[in-house]
Amino acid sequence: MSAGVELSDVSMDFGPFRAVDHADVSVKPGEFFSFLGPSGCGKTTILRMISGFMEPTEGSIKIGGQDMRGIDPNRRPTVLIFQNLALFPLMPVWENIAFGLEVRGVNKRIRRGKAEELLNLVDLPGAADKAISQLSGGQKQRVAIARALAVEPKVMLLDEPLSALDLKLRQHMRAELRAIQKRTNVTFIYITHDQGEALAMSDRVAVMSQGKIQQVDIPQEIYNNPVNGFVASFVGENNVFTGELLRAGKFKTASGTFDVTAGQGVTKSAPSKLYVRPEHCHLAKKAKAGCNSIAAEVVDVAFEGNFINVRARDATGKNLLVESRNDTATPPPEPGTKMFFVFDSAKAVVLADRTDIAPDLAA
Amino acid sequence: MNELARRYGLSLSLTFAALTAFWLLALVILPNITLFESSFRPYLPLREVGGPKDVYSVSNYLTFFESPIHIKVFFQTVIYSSIVTLLCFALAYPLAYFLAKVANIKSVPTLFLLLLIPLWVSEILRSFAWFIILSLKGPLSAVLIGLNIIDKPVHWMWGLGGYSGVLIGLVYTYVLFMLFPLYSSMQSLDTNQIEAARDLGSKWWQIHWRVIVPHAKPGIASGCVTVFMLSAGSVIVPTLLASPGSRWFTEVIQQWMFEALDWNTGSAYAFLLLLLCIIFVTLMMRLFKVGLADIAK
Repeated sequence: MSAGVELSDVSMDFGPFRAVDHADVSVKPGEFFSFLGPSGCGKTTILRMISGFMEPTEGSIKIGGQDMRGIDPNRRPTVLIFQNLALFPLMPVWENIAFGLEVRGVNKRIRRGKAEELLNLVDLPGAADKAISQLSGGQKQRVAIARALAVEPKVMLLDEPLSALDLKLRQHMRAELRAIQKRTNVTFIYITHDQGEALAMSDRVAVMSQGKIQQVDIPQEIYNNPVNGFVASFVGENNVFTGELLRAGKFKTASGTFDVTAGQGVTKSAPSKLYVRPEHCHLAKKAKAGCNSIAAEVVDVAFEGNFINVRARDATGKNLLVESRNDTATPPPEPGTKMFFVFDSAKAVVLADRTDIAPDLAA
Repeated sequence: MNELARRYGLSLSLTFAALTAFWLLALVILPNITLFESSFRPYLPLREVGGPKDVYSVSNYLTFFESPIHIKVFFQTVIYSSIVTLLCFALAYPLAYFLAKVANIKSVPTLFLLLLIPLWVSEILRSFAWFIILSLKGPLSAVLIGLNIIDKPVHWMWGLGGYSGVLIGLVYTYVLFMLFPLYSSMQSLDTNQIEAARDLGSKWWQIHWRVIVPHAKPGIASGCVTVFMLSAGSVIVPTLLASPGSRWFTEVIQQWMFEALDWNTGSAYAFLLLLLCIIFVTLMMRLFKVGLADIAK
């Protein structure tokens, strides 16, 4: 049913611009795999190379073990779901879904049956004869997925298909996509710039920047153990301190010198920064022994129900973010209160700035 | 109107509106009404105009239906105008597709300029040029003889029932009227749709048949109507590039008006041409399920 996708040392040049730089990824059969990165990082180029609309300048792409070079998009076992879905507006829903079968010469009765079966699968029964323009955003989404599934692809490629939906629907469709993927067991390769989306849906995530794959791992590892500064700051919030590593375990910043944990590949000579997630920090009345503490003044407090987000400022004017769970007993601090911003050295990680050379991805 | 006045000032807006109204009334509507009216009156010597014999009748129209030759010429005009339309479509479709979806966007203005340059020369001069090229001892024959492809001069305008010269001339003159509506309708097609069709397994002709042609249908219809009407109504090209065997309905009208000096019957023929062309176009639009509103888009 599903097939793995293997990118070996794939590069893509547009004139002098290198859009994808030596990408090496292996997507397992039946996996939900995401490429996460800011716009222009090369993730869409990777998708278009897998689907066959572009040929890599260097390297090879294998799908199900077969080299895809020179094979046209209409002959690859992949289907691409476009960002704008690219449904055919002049055809009713069922013809859209059955289009892939129609061009393969399947007869009309079977096509119609298959379309209705897929409409049930994507939870849209009874929409077969509707016009595309009659559908809502979420329904169009489902039709696009059904249209792609109709040709029984081994690999489904999704180019930010949820980005046009509103927040509620997007969260609903995340779960839906994930469920459809599990039900059909097709390999999903998903492109997004939304870290929440990538982390929530994927089995594994590849974080990209400037054409290079920075880290490939399961979502928890991406979030908990980012390999470099880019991954740390792109995925989730961070308090970032610039400074220099004095010796192992000591990092000097304008706000003070802290006990830290050095991340992979960090050396004294290479530029690096200190990263601490807001949820790993807290505010205390007194400096805490054995922890890093910075005297700070509470600037503003956002009470969000389950979470309380506090912004404090230290003597150098640096903003410090703290996120704490609402335990209902402790009232949120008042703005103007002088407190200590406290964080543990185990959670304070120094990571290299460099993103041009990805650390050993196999590790 | 308010928007126009705000943008260009009241006096300028009024001037433009008045000029347009003048053009429409004095140069289009009034002459047509005059001809329409005279088409129902008999052709009389000047002193009898307005006299007892000058009564309304449909006899000028009946003249056409009583003349088998004129009926034959009319249908030949319709058939050969349809052929011109088809040839224009066959030429313009791939070119429009190339310009809209394949060509580098930066080179499109240059390509359009190259296509438009021939239009800077008047239709009469271009027809004369084709007349020279296609004539018996003209350059085309000379070149082909020089290349040993043919061994004696050919009457290029005498082929295809005597209409080859007319067909070449009309296609050349009106092909751009097909190209532009096709181009603009294809350009509005989202390229992702073409890619999606391809990705779902379509062969190239299936993409055209199921995605591009349906999307471009309004443009195709408006191009076809334009080329057909212009061809059927053309005078210069069918006259200049004629062969002994070719006649065009507009020539018959011209003969009534300028040779027989019978403007009344000439007008009747002109309105018959208009009417029958409208019927023909409407039938074709029905056949291909295109609405007038689609064409206006």
